[in-house]
Amino acid sequence: MDSIDSLILARIQFAANISFHILFPTITIALGWVLLYFKLRWRRSGDPKWQAAYRTWVKVFALAFALGVVSGITMSFQFGTNWPGFMESVGNIAGPLLGYEVLTAFFLEAAFLGIMLYGQNRVSDRVHTLATFLVAFGTTLSAFWILVLNSWMHTPVGFEMIAGQAHPTDWLAIVFNPSMPYRLTHMLLASGLTVAFLIAGLSAWRWLKGDRGEEVRVTLGTGVRLAALLIPLQILAGDLHGLNTLEHQPAKVAAMEGIWETEQGAALRLFAWPDEATRSNHFEIAVPKLASLILTHDADGVVRGLNDFEHHPPVAPLFFGFRLMVGIGMLMLALSWLATWQLRRGREPRPWLAHALVAMTFSGWVATLAGWYVTEIGRQPWLVYGTLATADAASSVPASMIGISLALYLMVYAVLLLAFISVLFHLMRKAMQGHDQPAVAPSLQAVTP
Amino acid sequence: MSAWLPEIFMALMGVAMFAYVILDGFDLGVGILLPGADEAQKDLMIASIGPFWDANETWLVLGVGILLIAFPVAHGVILGALYMPVTLMLIALILRGVAFDFRVKARAQHKHLWDRAFFAGSALAALSQGFMLGAYILGFEWSLANFTFAGFIGVCLLAGYSLLGATWLMLKTGGELQAKAVRWARVALWLTAFGIAGVSIATPLVSARIFDKWFALPNFLLLMPIPLASVALVLLADRSLRRLSGGISGAPKLPFACAVGLFTSAFAGLAYSLYPYLVVDRITIHQAAAASGSLWIILFGVAVTLPMILGYSAYTYSVFRGPAKPLDYG
Repeated sequence: MDSIDSLILARIQFAANISFHILFPTITIALGWVLLYFKLRWRRSGDPKWQAAYRTWVKVFALAFALGVVSGITMSFQFGTNWPGFMESVGNIAGPLLGYEVLTAFFLEAAFLGIMLYGQNRVSDRVHTLATFLVAFGTTLSAFWILVLNSWMHTPVGFEMIAGQAHPTDWLAIVFNPSMPYRLTHMLLASGLTVAFLIAGLSAWRWLKGDRGEEVRVTLGTGVRLAALLIPLQILAGDLHGLNTLEHQPAKVAAMEGIWETEQGAALRLFAWPDEATRSNHFEIAVPKLASLILTHDADGVVRGLNDFEHHPPVAPLFFGFRLMVGIGMLMLALSWLATWQLRRGREPRPWLAHALVAMTFSGWVATLAGWYVTEIGRQPWLVYGTLATADAASSVPASMIGISLALYLMVYAVLLLAFISVLFHLMRKAMQGHDQPAVAPSLQAVTP
Repeated sequence: MSAWLPEIFMALMGVAMFAYVILDGFDLGVGILLPGADEAQKDLMIASIGPFWDANETWLVLGVGILLIAFPVAHGVILGALYMPVTLMLIALILRGVAFDFRVKARAQHKHLWDRAFFAGSALAALSQGFMLGAYILGFEWSLANFTFAGFIGVCLLAGYSLLGATWLMLKTGGELQAKAVRWARVALWLTAFGIAGVSIATPLVSARIFDKWFALPNFLLLMPIPLASVALVLLADRSLRRLSGGISGAPKLPFACAVGLFTSAFAGLAYSLYPYLVVDRITIHQAAAASGSLWIILFGVAVTLPMILGYSAYTYSVFRGPAKPLDYG
């Protein structure tokens, strides 16, 4: 019994740590590139509004980066403390991938972050721009390695098992495993959308508080237009990722769609209450044939049901998580296009639109987490799909100890999340107070102490 | 050649851990010393480590990463045995890392709370790392005496980091803060020396193998430079600090160099004692090593990237060389 409790607690702890962690890379991956954009616009135009935008949002970046780093260190220890079986079994593959992340990405971003944040007056503007680029590049490279490893855990190829240990046979196949391109694209776009709505939401908040400065106009416009640009790409990438999942993990898709029996011309369940005890859905609202049309691109295509699989993941979290993610995606599409229309040629947003954008400030976080829960819970009961069961990788640390560490983490995370969000608004308020002072010319700034 | 891979990776892990201890050591030390300073001094202290702490901490990720990927079996055993202190250290590092950013960005009335979190995080990280070192060299045998010893090493490492932090401040600041740093360094120096002496006495007593490695002839004579250098460095640092408490001009480098030297000799002694074991007298590096194919892949990556990492790390330090200035975004 104790080992089962330990396993569940270890899983909850890992989920808590990685959920908290992913919030911050989701911001920094795309925000790095947005900052580079602000920086380049400023260099080209010399218009101080771009520099003001950089200065406001680089603080958000610094904060998110620090939270990402410290919560990421936790991850590198958790493999050993809670999941020793993971490295013992597939360490020969996971090890080099994690190693390359540290060697190529971590040091790069950490070293140049110092120059990016505090070095403006100590290096030339060209070097400062280069530092901004290298930090953005480093965060993206880090995402690449992590998504390679995560995708390999979903679609493991290029190895052979010898005495319970995976030995790589084809590194190219491992790196470019079948789900990697889809997952990486999906995650990078998720990061872009999260940042777009974060910037749009906080800028709209400033707008509602009466800020009509040049800076808030450009950040609002940047956020809204970036969102409008990325959301159709994301819907397409998500669809392709879903088809890829159907090919490699059909049980996950069956759970996402709440399909119990194999169906020809399967209906799309808009809402239902999946019940694993009765192996059926309650309160189902469905559109006939639509699931088959989406998944097989044929209204009469066959979709395999959950009852066809020996192992399948828990149904309800996948079913609801998927609907939450897609629902937010649709809202994002509607809102960002409407907002782009309203803001055309320098026009101003209506108050209701600004309120809607504020309400969507953290929608990217929610959608990203929902998507990750779908894909990760959807891999269960496997840690490495078809190769290593989650239960076989857990450590023998007693449940009581994991309980204590979990409680500590949750407390710290709750405080930090609250602090992060309140400081975001505080930073925006400070940026507003700054805007009514006359803008200082860039050349003067260098000599101002 | 593949037969030497575990040795090569142990050396790499040693380099990463040593770099971590020195680099994060000075910035954790600055955090530990924070409560002794007034408001303006606190800002300057934080500014002196601002551009560096993040990259410094990455060496820990590399060190633990090498343990994880090159010696997966030992990673599980060591971190499993140290479950609670590792958890405390991680929470401490989280607090320290975020407090650093929050203190300047949060509302003014919350700043002192984040300062406290910064101090508590720095101190707890140092204590738990020292505790882990103590438990590690005792081979994770838990008894009251061992627990006390590990706690003692925790306090000594706290002092050791304070020494690095204080001597770093002497390099990077001036005026009243610099004078304070000299006083801090003088206290920290002796506690650090006690700690190193404690570890040096305890390790041979724990393991007959380590005892023989040190005290059999001619090893004993060949190894004498390590303890002698430590004693000489403590005396040299003490003399220099005494002089500086009379008055400082410029940025004295000698105390920081002595502190780094002291850590170097302690590290060399410890590495000699432990080799070839990763877990004292239980698991050797050869028993714990991952498959050689994967190690070659990583070694290739290290050979390409480590010179670059060292290069741009050095560049960052050179950009921010000289006295610390208040941090200014932009």
